[in-house]
Amino acid sequence: MATVKIPPVLRAQTGGEAEVTADGVDVGEVLRALADIHPGTSEQLFSQDGELNRYVNVYLNDEDVRVLDGLDTAVAEGDTVVVLPAMAGGGSPWRPGRPGPVAA
Amino acid sequence: MATIEPIELIRSRIEEVDPADAREEIGDGVALVDTREQHEYDEAHLEGGTLVPPAELADRIAEVVPDRSQRVVLYCRSGDRSARAADLMESELGYEDVASMAGGIVAWQDAGYPVVAAQGMTKDQRMRYSRHTLLPEVGVEGQLKLLNAKVLLVGAGGLGSPAALYLAAAGIGTLGLVDDDEVDASNLQRQVIHATDRVGMPKTESAKLTIEHLNPDVDVVEHRTRLDADNILDIIEGYDMIVDGADNFPTRYLLNDASVRTRKPVVSASILAFDGQISTFVPYEGPCYRCLYPTPPPPELAPSCGAAGVLGVMAGVMGLLQANEVIKLAAGIGEPLIGRLLLYDSLGTRFTELKVKRDPECPICGPDAPEIPESEMGRFPDYDAFCAGAAVG
Repeated sequence: MATVKIPPVLRAQTGGEAEVTADGVDVGEVLRALADIHPGTSEQLFSQDGELNRYVNVYLNDEDVRVLDGLDTAVAEGDTVVVLPAMAGGGSPWRPGRPGPVAA
Repeated sequence: MATIEPIELIRSRIEEVDPADAREEIGDGVALVDTREQHEYDEAHLEGGTLVPPAELADRIAEVVPDRSQRVVLYCRSGDRSARAADLMESELGYEDVASMAGGIVAWQDAGYPVVAAQGMTKDQRMRYSRHTLLPEVGVEGQLKLLNAKVLLVGAGGLGSPAALYLAAAGIGTLGLVDDDEVDASNLQRQVIHATDRVGMPKTESAKLTIEHLNPDVDVVEHRTRLDADNILDIIEGYDMIVDGADNFPTRYLLNDASVRTRKPVVSASILAFDGQISTFVPYEGPCYRCLYPTPPPPELAPSCGAAGVLGVMAGVMGLLQANEVIKLAAGIGEPLIGRLLLYDSLGTRFTELKVKRDPECPICGPDAPEIPESEMGRFPDYDAFCAGAAVG
């Protein structure tokens, strides 16, 4: 059983849960178990060919799985899987209709 | 109570080196220790000299020189206090190879050798920054580095406001502010550099007013514009490092690519709701923003603070962590967040640290990244299209 840390932008898909426990022998299985429990997370995490989306970083404990074995990285009992998409917020209001680089 | 021995007796049993010989060996694995008082050290000291006042010698010398077999050269004003300190270190503290510089810093300066003087630091500045200069890690040298540092803040918003306030208080000599927005009442819950009576005022102007009120030492440069591919190189050129508090992905990628090309460190943070993340990107020393995030997320995974809300205090925490990184980089102290991504969960009050490695396939800083000829330095991809493309792809 691993603990999956859910980023704020995915918590709508987990009913507000910031941490979800999920079973699996590797990172792929754990994330698919997460998607079984909370189906809304599936399309955010995986592309149509079942690979991890490029804009989602996944860490096993503190290590990026890209430098380990990706979705095949073995998960041990008690490990933490961190799901982390990039965030851009700098604390200014969103200004619809004003596309393009806006420093704030 | 021990009687104080005559200085001649002490001199006869310790090693003394004259300034010329000391100068020869300093820097060559020799620990150089200044055995005067803080205010003397602040006025002028030898480069690389660490202050350990006489009264603190027994307690502090082991932290400055942990290896008792290391060669140590001590100096003071005229050579007396350092002679006594050398004697104490050898006779009671177990040091094996200690010398005192004869004639002290006075003889050193008489010989025409350079010192680190509190140049550019007025009496007022010595008072203002005394709690910095008292820190051995910062000292006058570190404060002078801060006073000479030029830091660009991209965004005078939730992150830039607290960062700019504390960087100004710390005496960062030049603070550039990039923002084309105006102060809105909804900003004031977190953008603490602005004020209620400045709603409607350009943010750069409002920030400049606050900073000048706080610390007249700081030269504030307003860049009342948006960063884009056409102006970014001109804007960042005059700065040593950049604080990224941008609210959108195109600016973050553009800033990354421009800063890697010009080899300028970027202290990058982002905030949303109750969570923040921060890392320090030093080109070619550690990963860049694209190593961490090769492509931007789609819009549904990238809501803005305006859409999702943000805890003002959390923005302050993250902005101050950015300021902390800037101070360390500028003073050359501590351990910056290079290759580390720090997450802050303000609801749980938990910090999580993740490792970030350089991506061997990074199109910007990887080994196979194309060389950019001088004529192409200012040409960047269309970032709106890049980010919009990623959003639908």
